[in-house]
Amino acid sequence: MRLSDRLLDVVVYTLLAVLIAVTLYPLLYVLFASLSDGDRLLAHRGLLWKPLGFVTFAYERALSNPAVWTGYWNTIRLVAGGVVLNLTMTILGAYVLSRRNVLWNKVLMIFVVVTMFFSGGMIPFYLVVKQLGLMNTLWALLLPFAVNTFHLIIMRTAFLALPPSLEESAQIDGAGHLTMLTRIVVPLSMPVIAVILLYTAVDKWNMWFFPSMFIQDRTLYPLQLVLREILINNQTDTISSGTGVGEAQKIGETIKYATIIIATVPVLFVYPFLQRFFVKGALVGSIKG
Amino acid sequence: MALPIVGYYIVFFYWPMVGAVIAFQNFSPMKGIWGSEWVGLDHFYAFVNGHYFWRLLRNTLLLSAYSLLFEFTAPLLLALLINEVRSRLFRNVVQTVAYMPYFVSLIVVCGIVKDLTRSDGLVNLVYTFISGTDGQDMLQQPGLFRGVYVLSEIWQRAGWESIIYMAALTAIDPKQYEAARIDGASRLRQMWSITLPGLAPTIIIMLILRLGNMLEVGYEKIILLYNPVTYETADVISTFVYRKGLIDFDWSFSSAVGLFNSVINLAILLFANALSRRVSRNSLW
Repeated sequence: MRLSDRLLDVVVYTLLAVLIAVTLYPLLYVLFASLSDGDRLLAHRGLLWKPLGFVTFAYERALSNPAVWTGYWNTIRLVAGGVVLNLTMTILGAYVLSRRNVLWNKVLMIFVVVTMFFSGGMIPFYLVVKQLGLMNTLWALLLPFAVNTFHLIIMRTAFLALPPSLEESAQIDGAGHLTMLTRIVVPLSMPVIAVILLYTAVDKWNMWFFPSMFIQDRTLYPLQLVLREILINNQTDTISSGTGVGEAQKIGETIKYATIIIATVPVLFVYPFLQRFFVKGALVGSIKG
Repeated sequence: MALPIVGYYIVFFYWPMVGAVIAFQNFSPMKGIWGSEWVGLDHFYAFVNGHYFWRLLRNTLLLSAYSLLFEFTAPLLLALLINEVRSRLFRNVVQTVAYMPYFVSLIVVCGIVKDLTRSDGLVNLVYTFISGTDGQDMLQQPGLFRGVYVLSEIWQRAGWESIIYMAALTAIDPKQYEAARIDGASRLRQMWSITLPGLAPTIIIMLILRLGNMLEVGYEKIILLYNPVTYETADVISTFVYRKGLIDFDWSFSSAVGLFNSVINLAILLFANALSRRVSRNSLW
């Protein structure tokens, strides 16, 4: 090997090692901080290599916060509802858009794609949701987002890739659209459907902006809104109530981190198992830009 | 069968487009869209001549330009780096770690960002050490907002977005590298003359898509990170729309600003696409 190539290796490996450290550290920091003793954490400066002490108190307090539980419950409902609704709509829509014999297919495609590049804007959208009487219901987070145009196009591309002869022979055997969809198209497209399912689930899990716009009722807050109160607005008083001011601050810090972990662990836990799906999904999505 | 999908798009996309006419009115919810008073382009004039117009436009364009420059190139560089790794194990570790932040929710990312940039936060300690400043909260300093925004964006997304380039890389014919090796090309040279040209079509498509969203910088994240002290550099058109419309309830004015934003976006997209078709025969349609 020549010198310049060896040098390249050194540079590449060094840069990537630094990148790994920089990427991983903030996540480890949160984990360590959540297990730390509040006093010592507040006094500490600089790198955190391990938990300062090993205290699970913050977790007990975070888990005894009812908002975390209702948040979880609402998020689960949102994810489940979103997966069912979005997949049904996307599969139906993609099926229609992938028919070759429908005359107005092209028109319909333009009708759909235009919305990716032009929209009425935030306020008119908000007013429509309001007029439909969806405010303050979980439906406001499901119905207006029932189709993601990008997912629809990916699904359509996958349906179009199925051999047309399959459908022709099914038609000759007397299969209607519904039979064709449920017995042929869907079973043959499971990998893409799995990918879209995962994307939808992650989207719903992370949703916070529209919930903050449409939901005022605290018992309907998804997990992310609960997190926002704790992390961004720094409202830890509700969880550390019954303690003095200084006391509340240092408890609040560790509880904050424990809450992050509690809210993030499910995702990071399933992520390694799903990784290949996500990667496949990104590839599927990249085929047609 | 087409009914649900058509209905959905009509209700949640086309109806708001019609609803956007309130930008030309003094909309009052009591009178409704067809009863409210028409004022023509008044709100547009008011916005363009308004106190904040240039600040908003400058912030939007600058933040977009920074994103374009750094967030767009970071995944590409990462993919090039990963592509040079020969060890399978190391490669897997790098990829797994790099994708991970993408799955952390925006709220948590912003929570971590706030924490690490606090006066005693680690990032701030490093920054003050390098710059020799006095280390107050980084998110309270207008001069640092763009940097914090772009860097945290890269932290969260670069790994994930590199996947698309990794996919494109697998499509490059290995024979080209073989031939180059026989001709005595160094690996850096191969990267420059084979890998990069091989990625070019993907890069261009990604670039067009990006340009189409030029004025739509991530307002969700800005809303989570900014505060009145940093409006000077952080406030962009879409966050302004959000504040005017959903906090001040100035619906008509806010819609006008939003529409202004959409139209310019569309124009940039059309321009970028046409340009790309001329130059490289790559285009979205």
